[in-house]
Amino acid sequence: MLSEMSEMPNAPAAYSRMVRPATGRVVAGVAQGAAAQLRLDPVVLRLAFVLLTVVDGLGVVAYAALWMFTPKEEVKGREPAREWGQLAAYGVLWLVLAGFAWMTGASSGGFGTWPIAVGGIGALILWQQADPGRRQRWMSGAVKQVSTTWVRTGIGALLVVVGAIGFLAASGELAKARTGLVFTAVVVGGMLMIAAPWLATLVKELQRERTERIRQEERAEVAAHVHDSVLHTLTLIQRNAHDAREVARLARSQERELRNWLYQPKQDADASLAAAVRRVAAEEEDAHGVQIEVVCVGDCELNEGLVALLHAARQAMVNACKYSGAPVVSVYAEVEPDEVTVFVRDRGKGFVLDDVPGDRMGIRQSIIGRMERNGGSARVRTEPGDGTEVMLTMKREQ
Amino acid sequence: MKTVRVLIVDDHRLFRSGVRAELGPSIQVIGEAEDVESAVTAIGELQPDVVLLDVHMPGGGGQEVLRRVLGSGSQVRFLALSVSDAAEDVIGVIRGGARGYVTKTISGAELTDAIIRVSEGDAVFSPRLAGFVLDAFASTEAPPIDPELDSLTQREREVLRLIARGYAYKEIAKELFISVKTVETHVSSVLRKLQLSNRHELSRWATARRLV
Repeated sequence: MLSEMSEMPNAPAAYSRMVRPATGRVVAGVAQGAAAQLRLDPVVLRLAFVLLTVVDGLGVVAYAALWMFTPKEEVKGREPAREWGQLAAYGVLWLVLAGFAWMTGASSGGFGTWPIAVGGIGALILWQQADPGRRQRWMSGAVKQVSTTWVRTGIGALLVVVGAIGFLAASGELAKARTGLVFTAVVVGGMLMIAAPWLATLVKELQRERTERIRQEERAEVAAHVHDSVLHTLTLIQRNAHDAREVARLARSQERELRNWLYQPKQDADASLAAAVRRVAAEEEDAHGVQIEVVCVGDCELNEGLVALLHAARQAMVNACKYSGAPVVSVYAEVEPDEVTVFVRDRGKGFVLDDVPGDRMGIRQSIIGRMERNGGSARVRTEPGDGTEVMLTMKREQ
Repeated sequence: MKTVRVLIVDDHRLFRSGVRAELGPSIQVIGEAEDVESAVTAIGELQPDVVLLDVHMPGGGGQEVLRRVLGSGSQVRFLALSVSDAAEDVIGVIRGGARGYVTKTISGAELTDAIIRVSEGDAVFSPRLAGFVLDAFASTEAPPIDPELDSLTQREREVLRLIARGYAYKEIAKELFISVKTVETHVSSVLRKLQLSNRHELSRWATARRLV
């Protein structure tokens, strides 16, 4: 959701002044500037200008006026070239439309221009609708996503039809066209009736085939995974059936692996803190045969300080697994906007911190010393019989 | 002490008998069900105090049972029990009306404790669920629609953090210098927010996590 918001092309502030951008301009950037202001596609406005130009040259006047009153966007360095290809395309479009209007007499203004305008607006709505990026952006804000799309499409189609009929009526051709229209409607309707069941089956068939194919691919992937890892572990378990500890370790490690595969988002353990914490915990769990439960809230990229934090957390896990005697160790990592905190906790024996001999490197050097050297802090809370909790905090570099 | 009458709903027979054997003497298992249909029927007939509900089952899973039973106005309390760690399963079943979520790796004693808690109307959060909730409520910067329901208080956040760190309710009470009852009140309040909040980010967050 948020990422979509940030993708909005530099959403203008509340009262930003309209400017004419130099990049991607066709004539003077007026349409582009206005489009950014109205949050429309520039193409829509360009077409609108072309359409208006067909009608008594209104478009040219409007364009010129906007050109005069809109400041140009500052550009550093060489000014980018005009989009000559686009300009040619709009020119051709204008020629075609003008020719059409001249033949039908719709260019003289007045009532005769209305059908073209209505039809044009309808076509613009439909065109806008067909642009996937735009549609996505609209959809993300809309509550009833599907219905709004349909309403827009409906309005667009209706306007085009009204425009066409109005055009025929205005040019006095409606009566003549009626016979032709009736004929066309009957033929098209009849063809649709003949083809509809066949079309429906075709669509259904295609959908069925597609889901079937996806399902098969998924099944193949699951089969491969189960074969590779789960079956191997089961074989190992049977071979080690006499060694209860080894069996438990194998089962636990396979469970963890399967769980990650099923439920965890794919993450790079060399780049993401949450994935790295999970990996460290998994490695120590395997090495010591003690269950380590990991809960992560939030995530961020690893940096030097956080790598130190990871090393300290690993040492804390090793201590908990080796000396506490607890069957389960809890690890909780939370990423907040300004700092990262990791808790490693066990409900084991506990110890008296001051009694730890000075030559024992584990806590003093690998945990507390390491954190302090890297600008973080470590706090150890423990009491005999009351378990141990190590809290590691590292500021995030902004 | 009053015994709690429990119905076990799970499609794995082995698992049902395993749970039955592990539960403490204060729990009386009054029946078992193995799919959505039989669960709905059994709940209607037996009126258990607590239903131990599996999330993945043939015929729509735990969420379907919740929908049909709670939709008919029943006051039966549900504790979801699952192997799944998927965020959308956890959040989905809680929003469907379960009063707690624990994973199947939980020990017999802890499960007994959780069932009694749910039977008394309290909520049961596993460390992972607490993590999910913290993540879901923190993951968006959009202004809340209903400030009362869409954000957690400082105290609730502290309680959830301690649950995520592996603290039991009793340990949380000691840590925060409050009573166990107050801890329960905070957790129940978080549960209510989780169930009633209109914030659609919650479900979207849960599904988005899988797609990352």
